Amino acid sequence: MKRSTIDLWVGIFVTIGFGAIVFLALKVGNLTSLNAAPSYRLEARFDNIGGLKLRAPVKAAGVVVGRVAAVRLDPKTYEAIVALNVDNGYEFSKDTIASILTSGLLGEVYIGLNAGGDPQMLASGEQIAKTQSAIVLEKLISQFMFDKASSGVSK
Amino acid sequence: MPQSNVQSVPETPNAVDMAGVTFGYDRTRPVLKGIDMIIPRGKVVAIMGGSGCGKTTLLRLIGGQLRAQSGQVLVDGQEVSKLDRDGLFALRRKIGMLFQFGALFTDLSVFENVAFPIREHTTLPDTLIHDLVVMKLHAVGLRGAASLRPAELSGGMARRVALARAVALDPMLVLYDEPFAGLDPISLGVVGQLIRKLNDALGSTSVVVTHDIYESLKIVDYLYFVSDGRIIAQGNPDEVRQSTDPFVRQFVDGEPDGPVPFHYPARPYAEEFTSRVA
Amino acid sequence: MSLSTIAGGLRRIGAGTRQAISRIGFAARFFVAVILHTPAAIRRIQLTLREVYFAGVLSLVVIMVSGLFVGMVLGLQGFDTLNRYGAGDSLGIFVGLSLVRELGPVVAGLLFASRAGSAITAEIGLMKTTEQLSAMEMMAVDPLARIIAPRFWGGVISMPLLAALFSVTGVFGAYLVGVRLIGVDNGTFWGNMQAGIDFWPDVTNGIIKSFVFGIAVSLIAVFEGFDAKPTAEGVSSATTRTVVGGSLAILALDFVLTVFMFRGVGE
Repeated sequence: MKRSTIDLWVGIFVTIGFGAIVFLALKVGNLTSLNAAPSYRLEARFDNIGGLKLRAPVKAAGVVVGRVAAVRLDPKTYEAIVALNVDNGYEFSKDTIASILTSGLLGEVYIGLNAGGDPQMLASGEQIAKTQSAIVLEKLISQFMFDKASSGVSK
Repeated sequence: MPQSNVQSVPETPNAVDMAGVTFGYDRTRPVLKGIDMIIPRGKVVAIMGGSGCGKTTLLRLIGGQLRAQSGQVLVDGQEVSKLDRDGLFALRRKIGMLFQFGALFTDLSVFENVAFPIREHTTLPDTLIHDLVVMKLHAVGLRGAASLRPAELSGGMARRVALARAVALDPMLVLYDEPFAGLDPISLGVVGQLIRKLNDALGSTSVVVTHDIYESLKIVDYLYFVSDGRIIAQGNPDEVRQSTDPFVRQFVDGEPDGPVPFHYPARPYAEEFTSRVA
Repeated sequence: MSLSTIAGGLRRIGAGTRQAISRIGFAARFFVAVILHTPAAIRRIQLTLREVYFAGVLSLVVIMVSGLFVGMVLGLQGFDTLNRYGAGDSLGIFVGLSLVRELGPVVAGLLFASRAGSAITAEIGLMKTTEQLSAMEMMAVDPLARIIAPRFWGGVISMPLLAALFSVTGVFGAYLVGVRLIGVDNGTFWGNMQAGIDFWPDVTNGIIKSFVFGIAVSLIAVFEGFDAKPTAEGVSSATTRTVVGGSLAILALDFVLTVFMFRGVGE
């Protein structure tokens, strides 16, 4: 096996190997949408974050504008404190509502931001005042049962 | 440049000097039990003995692959066991070794096999390496086989290529491990003649480990006989031919039974048929 | 059972354990020596590239064909199961995650151990049996530098590339089955996959895994070859040990790495 032939094949091999890695990164993973963009921090408190995970998307009108940076529990009020990184290009009013939503029935959990009409914008480090916690299935069912039961009684 | 143990010593009369050497692969069972051996410069010396008597071990002690448990091994005036890594490598560059059945590198061509030691130890340009390799191959008669692979060679040819490789750097000492094993009569003659002629042409010293008494007597200057880890006889070819030592006689005459017994140790023959123990 | 039989048995266990431990010690020193010879392997880059050819390029067909089949099966089985929960559209992300995180590195690693690992062990074992390693030593050439280290690095370089190729052909196979055959929507297939798989940690962890597996398999392969008994049976049992040992090492390391890497998932 001549040297030049071996070199050629090794070169081809390494090239397609790296090509495969790049393909995995871009087409299979989502490297292109990786937020290397500068962002600012907002905080929001929830009674229940449901299945919200770290680095879950933060969306407004369905468009990804940021990521969940940290989640912790307030030891005094027993509320969940969620820190969000929002891209620098987007500003939200002070009366924005942050809700925990699920995309589809089995989809991932994300935070949806609904901007209000307040002319003043949230600055870095500020807290979102209005939040809506995740809908927990058990509570929904027991609510439904309760409603059903009470409507049955009142008949 | 790291300091090595290779000093310029005035040439000792002996290429190899072994005194009181003991060695065993397993500490409890010594293979060599006190060997005294001298290999004078410029001579071809044969080490003979039955299989498993420690002949190959002697070669490995000379080459520094094994360390003697007691005694001295002096090669070119230096004590082998005291050499550091650089010293050992420097010594090995002066030694050429022909392994049993050749041990050619199967992934290289004949040319590249002979060129291997030259490429590894010198920075000579390719043109010079080419000339050197061609000369060595010519000396063993295989210049035309330069582009073949070891798998395409016959046993005798492979042995000759290995010989060319062993002398590629014009070593001061050449070690041969069973160079005659498994060869046809013509190849036997060729290899024997090459060992003698190369030794004289290069001015080197040769140690031939073998059991081929017939070929050895034709070419060597001196013989040592090893049995059970000791040297039991030695002499030049004439002394050996006329020796009355029973071991030497059994060897030279090729007798099946003598000091080296025919029967592997076992119970008395009659017992095999009378008792029923397996 | 007499006392002497029990004593004999215990003695053998003790001797066997001592032998195993000293073998592990020898193996550890060998591993360190191989790593220390890396500069030599870099200087003789031609030798190393040659080994990348023998370990990597010659494994391409096996890896890519296997990847294709594994991907197609994933597509079939995955869709069948996911569809029961109305989640057929998640086929892309299911296949992608399975391959990139686990099946790519692990299956490619197992195939590599069987094909390239056994070849390396057999080659080195045979060189030992025919005294080529001894000859090299006697010519003052260190076989660790010239034979062992290049083969080790050839394997380490090839493994991650092969694992990536396995994952890519797997995804393609799943695409063929899922989108072309079954009829999952093309955009949904790729879109969900991209949304669900992150470069960090999924793809990078997969690459780290394949790198670790490459080191493990290559080390075991060169060690078994170097340590083989210089007989036909010796080489054959060394080759077997490479395949079995390498495979078990991959599976064990996979568990350990997965625990560390994906511990935070699901929290």
